[in-house]
Amino acid sequence: MQSPQGVRPPYTEYDEWFSDQDAARLSKKSKEAEAFFRRTGITFNVYGASDAEERLIPFDLVPRIVSNKEWTKLSKGIDQRVRAVNAFLHDIYNRQEILRAGIIPTELIAKNDAFLPQMMDFVPPGDVYTHIVGTDIVRTGEDDFFVLEDNARTPSGVSYMLENRETMLQMFPELFSKIKVQRVSDYPKHLRRSLASCAPQGCSGRPCVAVLTPGIHNSAYYEHSFLADQMGVELVEGHDLRVVDGHIAMRTTRGYKTIDVLYRRVDDEYLDPLTFNPNSMLGVPGIMDVYRAGNITIANAPGTGVADDKAIYSYMPDIVEFYTGERAILKNVETHRCSEPQTLKYVLDNLADLVVKEVHGSGGYGMLVGPAASKKELSDFAEKLKVRPANYIAQPTLSLSTVPIFTKKGLAPRHVDLRPFALVSPNGVEITPGGLTRVALKAGSLVVNSSQGGGTKDTWVLED
Amino acid sequence: MQLQISHTTHYRYDQPVDYSLQKVRLRPKASELQDIIDWSLIIENGKLETSYTDHYGNHTDLISIEKGAQDLTITASGTVHTSDTSGILGKIYGRAPLWHFLQPTPLTTPGERIKSLARIVSNGENALNDLHTLSAAILKTAPYQIGQTQADTNAEEALQIGSGVCQDHANIFASAARQAGFPARYVSGYLMMNDRVDQDASHAWAEVHLDDLGWVGFDISNGIAPDEKYVRIATGRDAHDAAPISGMRMGSSDESMIVSLQVQQ
Repeated sequence: MQSPQGVRPPYTEYDEWFSDQDAARLSKKSKEAEAFFRRTGITFNVYGASDAEERLIPFDLVPRIVSNKEWTKLSKGIDQRVRAVNAFLHDIYNRQEILRAGIIPTELIAKNDAFLPQMMDFVPPGDVYTHIVGTDIVRTGEDDFFVLEDNARTPSGVSYMLENRETMLQMFPELFSKIKVQRVSDYPKHLRRSLASCAPQGCSGRPCVAVLTPGIHNSAYYEHSFLADQMGVELVEGHDLRVVDGHIAMRTTRGYKTIDVLYRRVDDEYLDPLTFNPNSMLGVPGIMDVYRAGNITIANAPGTGVADDKAIYSYMPDIVEFYTGERAILKNVETHRCSEPQTLKYVLDNLADLVVKEVHGSGGYGMLVGPAASKKELSDFAEKLKVRPANYIAQPTLSLSTVPIFTKKGLAPRHVDLRPFALVSPNGVEITPGGLTRVALKAGSLVVNSSQGGGTKDTWVLED
Repeated sequence: MQLQISHTTHYRYDQPVDYSLQKVRLRPKASELQDIIDWSLIIENGKLETSYTDHYGNHTDLISIEKGAQDLTITASGTVHTSDTSGILGKIYGRAPLWHFLQPTPLTTPGERIKSLARIVSNGENALNDLHTLSAAILKTAPYQIGQTQADTNAEEALQIGSGVCQDHANIFASAARQAGFPARYVSGYLMMNDRVDQDASHAWAEVHLDDLGWVGFDISNGIAPDEKYVRIATGRDAHDAAPISGMRMGSSDESMIVSLQVQQ
């Protein structure tokens, strides 16, 4: 919020309001917010935690504020990147021009577990692969935005964007009459419209959309049910669905009803036991056959993971240029591919200064933050790196921007990232003005993942 | 040569089945080697749900069983005109790139035994001869014998067991050829054996890609190049990709299967 010149412009009005507030009242509000989240049931499970308890993601009541000018640049950059990702997926599953042109090494696709041969020689309805994208972005300077991850599979977190705003509106209605903040509440309506516009060609009438969840034990189950509810569509599990007349249909009280667009929150591997993992109980047998026959839309398309793993990430500036003919608006973090022997040596020599991530990992699991690691952690990680170098990439530690959070001792700066959500349809890319701001609650920490003790806050994009 | 084929797969269940799906690759594709004169798929106690062309260009049908049925019969039959090209299909390519046929699958991941066999093949001018030598070596190491391997036996395991059927031979050959640096694929289809009309089972062989010749077929189990007595049905990286029928069903009923196959001139 502060810069060497004082309060940063987007925060001016908020700062005026905040300085008039009584600290005790805000503390009370903060507790109210927590009670609100407990009531609505927004919790998440931490994978790998022995007790597998449900936790509440801490909410901070100071909004992160983005000016309209900053947002305009940011959303242009996301739009460009999302279009490039879709063009890349179309190409990689069809003519593979980018491999022929030598821009990306063939090995990187050939050996990639996320590359699904079953998607080759096929174009999904509307030529859309990533119906929903949640691009992770960090700011390092006044006008410097970096993309951390492209999240083209099934990005989660949009329910926090919506609930955080709802909570702020309830707690501080006066703030929203004083400061003009762009709405995010239309997201479910737009999501539904965007998905419906990707229905298969043969669909006549109003497309039937449904959300497929792995079930109540999934860490994001709350979000699945929330989104289905907000869109006014059915929430289904694999065992509710079967193949009927060449389509996927769900059991209803009046018999089977055809689904045209399935927003699935089940991973590729478990999606269809007839085609992929035969032991999966979560998926829908035959859905890949129905899909290839052109009778259903699966969102996001299977196989999109080949576009968002961390080894492909390092080529994103080239990918953007190859398909859009433009230079990438958003920067990429310099990425060292440990598969290359010279690079591995560099990474091992500089481990204490680097962030090392698993190529296929997500959620902050299995990563090393060099500057925050103990000597033992560093040497243990070095051993893992030597055993499977191709499994890792390394990046310099960025000096992430900070925003203020509310603490017992007043405002204090913490590092944040931002995940805006983009919807893709044949009509174009639509980006909700806002997103999920994740904040590292520990002073100095750079890890914002909720599974690693991060929190969230509302994200405001000002009207002008 | 004009071949008439009739291939019936009959499933029996000891209890009525509520829901079951079969993914079926039983329609031959036209190529330089074969023209399809006529072909049909007849389903009893089941229904054709949908059809499409898969990522290897195979005609694929999805079939469901009639609710409550205890039988399902799928009959593929028709007439195919074949030519003898000494096993050479040539430079005919689908969308799947050649590098894709160099990648292992769970059924064809090489272990020490396959790696050792693959050393037979040099990457030089004698590749074609070496591949024939490899084919013979596989049959010697794992002679044809029914009942020792299962549908999910992988190539390395079959070598270890020391015997196999055409499916195992084709998986082993594809795995070893890839290990030696050649794109290779599995082919399922039919073979007319001269001494009989009723054939034991549908057949499987392999194809390897050579820069000068394109795709070349090897029938490892019979130690020969596929000729006009062969009909290609489906291709893929392994027996799973090109399986004539793979299915799933709900419930606990036991399944038995009877196959009858007739190939004649």
